Amino acid sequence: MTTFIKVGKVSDIPVLGARCVKTPAGTIGVFRTADDQIFAIENRCPHKGGPLSEGIVHGTSVTCPLHNTVVSLTTGLVEGPDGGGVVTIPVEVVDGEIHLDLGRLPVREVA
Amino acid sequence: MRKRLVVIGNGMAPGRALERLFEAAPDAYDVTIFNAEPRVNYDRIMLSPVLSGEKSYEDIIIHDDAWYTSNNVRLLQGKRVTEIDREAKRVTAADGTTADYDKLIIATGSNPFIIPVPGHQLPGVLAYRDLDDVEKMLHGAKTGGRAVVIGGGLLGLEAAAGLKMQGMDVTVLHIMPTLMERQLDPSAGYLLEKAVEDRGIEVICKANTKEILGVDKVEGVKLDDGRIIDATMVVMAVGIRPSVQLAKDAGLTVNRGIVVDDGMRTSDPDIYAVGECVEHDGMVYGLVAPLYEMAAVLADRLVEGAREYKGSQTSTKLKVTGIDLFSAGDFAEADDREEIVLRDAASGVYKRLVLKDNKILGVVLYGDTADGAWYFQMMKDGADIGELRDTLIFGQAFAGASPLDPTAAVAALPADAEICGCNGVCKGRIETAITDKNLKNVDDVRTHTKASASCGSCTGLVEQLLKLTLGDAYNPAGVAAMCKCTDLGHSDVRRLIVAKGLKSIPAVMQELQWKTANGCAKCRPALNYYLVADWPGEYVDDEQSRFINERVHANIQKDGTYSVVPRMWGGVTSSDELRAIADVVDKYEIPTVKVTGGQRIDMLGVKKEDLPAVWADLGKAGFVSGHAYAKGLRTVKTCVGSDWCRFGTQDSTGLGIKLERFLWGAWTPAKVKLAVSGCPRNCAEATCKDIGVVCVDSGYEIHFAGAAGLDIKGTEILCSVPTEAEAIEYIAALTQMYREQGHYLERIYKWAKRIGYDTVRNQIVHDAEKRQGYFERFQHAQKFAQDDPWAARAAKTGGHATEFTPLAEIGTAFPKPEMMEPAE
Repeated sequence: MTTFIKVGKVSDIPVLGARCVKTPAGTIGVFRTADDQIFAIENRCPHKGGPLSEGIVHGTSVTCPLHNTVVSLTTGLVEGPDGGGVVTIPVEVVDGEIHLDLGRLPVREVA
Repeated sequence: MRKRLVVIGNGMAPGRALERLFEAAPDAYDVTIFNAEPRVNYDRIMLSPVLSGEKSYEDIIIHDDAWYTSNNVRLLQGKRVTEIDREAKRVTAADGTTADYDKLIIATGSNPFIIPVPGHQLPGVLAYRDLDDVEKMLHGAKTGGRAVVIGGGLLGLEAAAGLKMQGMDVTVLHIMPTLMERQLDPSAGYLLEKAVEDRGIEVICKANTKEILGVDKVEGVKLDDGRIIDATMVVMAVGIRPSVQLAKDAGLTVNRGIVVDDGMRTSDPDIYAVGECVEHDGMVYGLVAPLYEMAAVLADRLVEGAREYKGSQTSTKLKVTGIDLFSAGDFAEADDREEIVLRDAASGVYKRLVLKDNKILGVVLYGDTADGAWYFQMMKDGADIGELRDTLIFGQAFAGASPLDPTAAVAALPADAEICGCNGVCKGRIETAITDKNLKNVDDVRTHTKASASCGSCTGLVEQLLKLTLGDAYNPAGVAAMCKCTDLGHSDVRRLIVAKGLKSIPAVMQELQWKTANGCAKCRPALNYYLVADWPGEYVDDEQSRFINERVHANIQKDGTYSVVPRMWGGVTSSDELRAIADVVDKYEIPTVKVTGGQRIDMLGVKKEDLPAVWADLGKAGFVSGHAYAKGLRTVKTCVGSDWCRFGTQDSTGLGIKLERFLWGAWTPAKVKLAVSGCPRNCAEATCKDIGVVCVDSGYEIHFAGAAGLDIKGTEILCSVPTEAEAIEYIAALTQMYREQGHYLERIYKWAKRIGYDTVRNQIVHDAEKRQGYFERFQHAQKFAQDDPWAARAAKTGGHATEFTPLAEIGTAFPKPEMMEPAE
């Protein structure tokens, strides 16, 4: 099912940065790239559960702050040989407002 | 008995001749060198990078003291020869020192030409010839003002660029209509003028200097059209004259230079001459490649060889970072000559080849000089370019059937192809050295052959040769790239940031041709640090290039919570401070409180949202951030010292507190931990710290480069000083040296090992001027660094204001978890 929900403005997120959206099903990291693309992924590194939204954003990737796992913001997959991935959440930006499709969140304990 | 060889002059030409002589016949001669300059042989081509600050004198030494010793050369420094007695075969120096010779080499070089206009003897009028001149320029540049450089040739432009980089306003006066007219055609001269002006250097062509104005020192320059240009320094770089007086006085044949035959012999069969003082076949040379060709012939003749010097064709490269320029040969227009020209104004590329009878007569390259060596080789060989002609201007990569692979292109070069133009090293010599001496990387090749040791523009070719000769055994990681975003190593990046005046991360990435749009988690924090360290007060810290710990001034833990460590100066605390910490722990339900290895109190498990409030409460009790998260000054650990301890020799606690208050806030390449022990029992464990102090009766023993983490390493001793003030000055200077030179994440012990412990001692202990410079730059940087980030964050004045709150919290409007579909 598709459930787009407004979570905030593009300008609320620093360029090459991220903010969190807390949901009953876990935290989502919402990322802004250098060219103002917005991506949303599960805020939980597949390696050891690090908060990806605290990582350094570069290109369309983020490096986890705990152990430098690099996760693609577009696919949610870990870049490199280790494999694994996180759920990506569809994003729509309308007039500078960010909407996330929360129907795609996995069932998981609240972080 | 061995024959006696006396050399007058210690420049690059005789240096090279002796090198070749010792290779061919190490025991043939007892060698004595008279050197008017009080120095060893250094690379004069590299004076410009010393002036611009990109290299130091130590970097450009060709022969260090050990070289002279190991070759049994008697080097008489600071002794100027005033007389050659050809009858007695004896030379005499100004101070009366004499030496008898069997063979004599005159290598007196050249003197800068000073235009004899009125005022040319005023203080502040300088030449640009040797290290003394460079030192005078650097000294003059310290007070700022405007430098007028007379002469828009190679040397003049390099001097202008260097002085500009040292912060002076610079005007170049050139008498001809375009710059470097002897090496460049007017088109390239115009492009060069634009590029020079883009660097903020004023260029005035057709400028004829009439008079240098001033009473006690230089105040300005007056041109013959009446214009007056204010100046605090005037540099004359209008040319050189062979230094021939000594030879003339001795009755040798002298025209413009000392006349030699094809065997480098003067009119006296036992006297040779080499270098810039020489005239061969009517030609006088001022570039290094011909001098080295002469040196090779001379060395051969000294061991009874028969090599002949047949004159040189020369090429020129301008050594101004960021301006690529190459020229060789004759490029005057004439009826029987043709030319091929490529202009790409958008990318600033201009190439011109002058041809006659399908042979290259001259080459001018501007903007893209990669093919300079290739054209130059074909020009020297007189190669027929008929078949290549259609694509010749596009360079070697497009030349006829030759492949695009640069390694294959180098493989195709003949063994006598010149790779290094500065030092006259050919391909065969490099290959032989790699094989015979088991060389592994570019630095090895530089050490053994001098190839790419001067201007460095042939480094790529040398790498290709290593790859060809060693195959898979070649590991280019001799200089490891910073990360996958660039091929440059940390040292090069740091050097170029300063040399090119790059002051933002996008500027660095643009100018240094980063391969990714905005770097990665490895290079961005490194670049951010380099810019913070190199441009204090100018560069604005880039939050998004900081690792999370430095962005939120706390240490991230495995569960995403943070630990908070307030500063306790020198490890000393009080009941009020402890009470405040206890209150914070209770109020925010902080699960763990622990004492750290650096004598501080750590509160672990703080939620990110709580951080600003925790800091605000700690701030009210007088605490500031302990920087326990920083690549910066962490802690100064102390023992109780003479205040309490019956063994304490000095107030180690007091010194620790002073040091911490002086150094806190400083960003460094990696974390820096200090300790001060009050006596050699060393209870503060100062001898395994980045920097340590061990107090003794007579003062303070300063230690550095210890480690007690991944590696265990005892410290090296820097020096002992009698007072606290000196201890603080030396430690701050050492910290600044590390800040300026260290690679990001490289601890002091690794940095010091890389550059050499003695290099650190020489600059911090033995060179008061250098130490003072470091100290002052540290103090300046601290003005911008000693801001408590916690206070700024708690007051919402620092960082991204919304860092600590979620973008949104979604509750009831959200479908229940069990309704959600699993991920695909």
